[in-house]
Amino acid sequence: MAAPCVSCGKAVSYRFFLGARVSLAREQGLWKAAAAEVQTGTASQILRLRHTTVVSTKKNIAALRRETYTLDFIKKQIEEFNIGKRHLANMMGEDPETFTQEDIDRAIAYLFPSGLFEKRARPIMKHPEQIFPKQRAIQWGEDGRPFHFLFYTGKPSYYSLMHEAYGKILDVEKHQNQLRAQGLFSEKTKTKDLIGSRWLIKEELEEILVEKLSDQDYAQFIRLLERLLTLQRGGAEEEFVQRFRRSVTIQSKKQLIEPVQYDEQGMAFSRSEGRRKSAEAEAVVYAHGSGRVSVNGTDYLLYFPVTQDREQLMFPFHFLDRLGKHDVACTVSGGGRAAQAGAIRLAVARALCTLVTEEEVEWMRQGMSGVGGHGCSHAVPECLSDSCSGYLKSVRRHLNVQYAGLRAPLFMLQNCNSIFQF
Amino acid sequence: TMLKGMTRLISRVHKLDAGHFLHTGSQAPQNLAAHLDNQVPVESPRAVSRTSESDPAKHGEQHEGQHYNIPLQDLKAVFPHGLPPRFVMQVKTFNEACLMVRKPALELLHYLKNTNFAHPAVRYVLYGEKGTGKTLSLCHIIHFCAKQDWLILHIPDAHLWVKNCRNLLQSTYNKQRLDQPLEASIWLKNFKTANERFLSQIKVQEKYVWNKRESTEKGSPLGEVVEQGITRVRNATDAVGIVLKELKRQSSSGIFHLLVAVDGVNALWGRTTLKREDKSPIAPEELALIYNLRKMVKNDWHGGAIVLTLSQTGSVFKPRKAFLPQELLGKEGFDTLDPFIPILVSNYNPKEFESCIQYYLENNWLQHEKAHTEDGKKELLFLSNTNPGQLERLCAYL
Repeated sequence: MAAPCVSCGKAVSYRFFLGARVSLAREQGLWKAAAAEVQTGTASQILRLRHTTVVSTKKNIAALRRETYTLDFIKKQIEEFNIGKRHLANMMGEDPETFTQEDIDRAIAYLFPSGLFEKRARPIMKHPEQIFPKQRAIQWGEDGRPFHFLFYTGKPSYYSLMHEAYGKILDVEKHQNQLRAQGLFSEKTKTKDLIGSRWLIKEELEEILVEKLSDQDYAQFIRLLERLLTLQRGGAEEEFVQRFRRSVTIQSKKQLIEPVQYDEQGMAFSRSEGRRKSAEAEAVVYAHGSGRVSVNGTDYLLYFPVTQDREQLMFPFHFLDRLGKHDVACTVSGGGRAAQAGAIRLAVARALCTLVTEEEVEWMRQGMSGVGGHGCSHAVPECLSDSCSGYLKSVRRHLNVQYAGLRAPLFMLQNCNSIFQF
Repeated sequence: TMLKGMTRLISRVHKLDAGHFLHTGSQAPQNLAAHLDNQVPVESPRAVSRTSESDPAKHGEQHEGQHYNIPLQDLKAVFPHGLPPRFVMQVKTFNEACLMVRKPALELLHYLKNTNFAHPAVRYVLYGEKGTGKTLSLCHIIHFCAKQDWLILHIPDAHLWVKNCRNLLQSTYNKQRLDQPLEASIWLKNFKTANERFLSQIKVQEKYVWNKRESTEKGSPLGEVVEQGITRVRNATDAVGIVLKELKRQSSSGIFHLLVAVDGVNALWGRTTLKREDKSPIAPEELALIYNLRKMVKNDWHGGAIVLTLSQTGSVFKPRKAFLPQELLGKEGFDTLDPFIPILVSNYNPKEFESCIQYYLENNWLQHEKAHTEDGKKELLFLSNTNPGQLERLCAYL
């Protein structure tokens, strides 16, 4: 930290000395450096300076915080990182050529074991691009003339992106007009599967463009991209749009490896497992039955005297309108009362996937956000993915597939078409 | 459509007691008028859920699943203390008392109709899981016996006598045992309301000396003993003991038939939660009430029947899932009751469930708009698993 301070300290303090002599750096080191360089420091002057730093340093703290890393500095850091990587590989006895980032992480964790709970506070060794925030290079030349033609808009990269997108739209429309003129225009609109991805959120876009945006700017940009999507587009435009989409890791889609139902004694059933908190459940759902459920050998009415738990059990059947049609025999262990109910619900939902058509499985996964309209998707999607709440918290914006926490069955039920409203 | 309603009303009136025309008659037009709009086939739900036969003696297989009405006057006379509290609330809300005719009750009625009074009293034990309707079946039987003019000895909940008693006195009769004056006096009061007409008929066959100044002569009516117990609370337990002894002795004579109906009979043989002043626990047989009741339940008398109900709900120190006689009675109780006829009371079958829902719908108890639909019914079915008690609690929310 000292190095950049000193290097910029020179330029900074020079300017400060010219401008407001009073305003010096807050850090002792910087002040001392400045005082050492500025040879005009007599005792009284220093005293006066010391007196007045307290008042006005506040303004400059903010400025100094965004320490500008020069390009040279970053380049030097990258070189140092690469050399360090090779050293580390040598130390660990591995081949320096094929030493990947995961290997680096493992090596650091081995060499500097840390018991800190906050993962971000532990020692890391990553490429400088990931550590130092992205900064804009100096945008004007020596004569003061800016490089970018949109510099004076204040957000050059954002506006240039908008221009680019609009240019693409015009191109596509021109192309379409040409095709129509030639009579080769076909009306088919191929709808790309947008379900597995989402638009960038504003923070991510800001990070890419390295400038601050407002909400309206962001909304405008997304609208432009969506307009591009509605037109028929070729491969290049597709690529352009895909740059701004992030895939949503739909865990449930990955998890659904459904074994086809198999028979035993002539009865068709399917078995699957589910977990919730620390309860594990395994459910065997028979394809034809009368709606009897037995948990660990006892009737579910005796096992779950609380109505809430039985509602949890009811939910998968109710969602698929198959209330009295299946028998269930399940075993559950661990956890508490509600956790066991949730685990059984998950297991039953998964088991039902095999006995149910594909579209219904999709429907379960997506919840009723298409049907109900209020995103009451607490049916099975959160049933199907048992730990996606952590991921959810990190993405704050509206997703195509809405998940809800497994808990809170009571007030989620308010949105539901079920008979019970509390 | 009003004409249809009126004719139905008139036909109802003929079958019910005339005295209660005002009561139910005012209710019925509103119900009918409301339902004529909602439910198009009004005939069939009525036929499913209700029957107009209000005499339990005539209940047969064809009435199974249907509710029959007990006139409120009868209710007060026959059941001063016997109904479960939730049912009492329901009666108050609907302003009518309707019990469902169910198979276990029908079976018991059949046995009771064919009792041979020369043989020793047969013991019937109603058992089943929690909330399946044992107490209400017992009430059905009691109503039947009351109509048949039997003397009813009904202990609403034997568990009340083995837990949470405040004052325990040393018994005046037998120094070993303990009295419970409060419970005994309450029971005596209710017994009096239930069996007014018998109390003057039955005569005491011994002389009982209460204390230096009071005594009951031989030959005086039983009512006096009961009065003595009610007024002198200290002697209430002894009064109860005397009543039981006399009734047992005299039922064989044939003047009256005796029905002993005990709810929660497993309390007689379990443990109690009561402790003496030196914190040593009290066994049930040390309580005079329990001791006398045990004597009553033994089948060494004839001229009546004993109907018992096991109940886990009020029982102390018993696991929640226990409902079999062996588990709830314990070895001692089971041996004492040994030759008995067990009758299982189970959850509703689909027809009974349907009937119950219809009954609630008729009384406008289910306000949710989905309650009428098939889906709603299926949900209720699943959630309550056709358990009557659960269903009742669920419907209370809707």
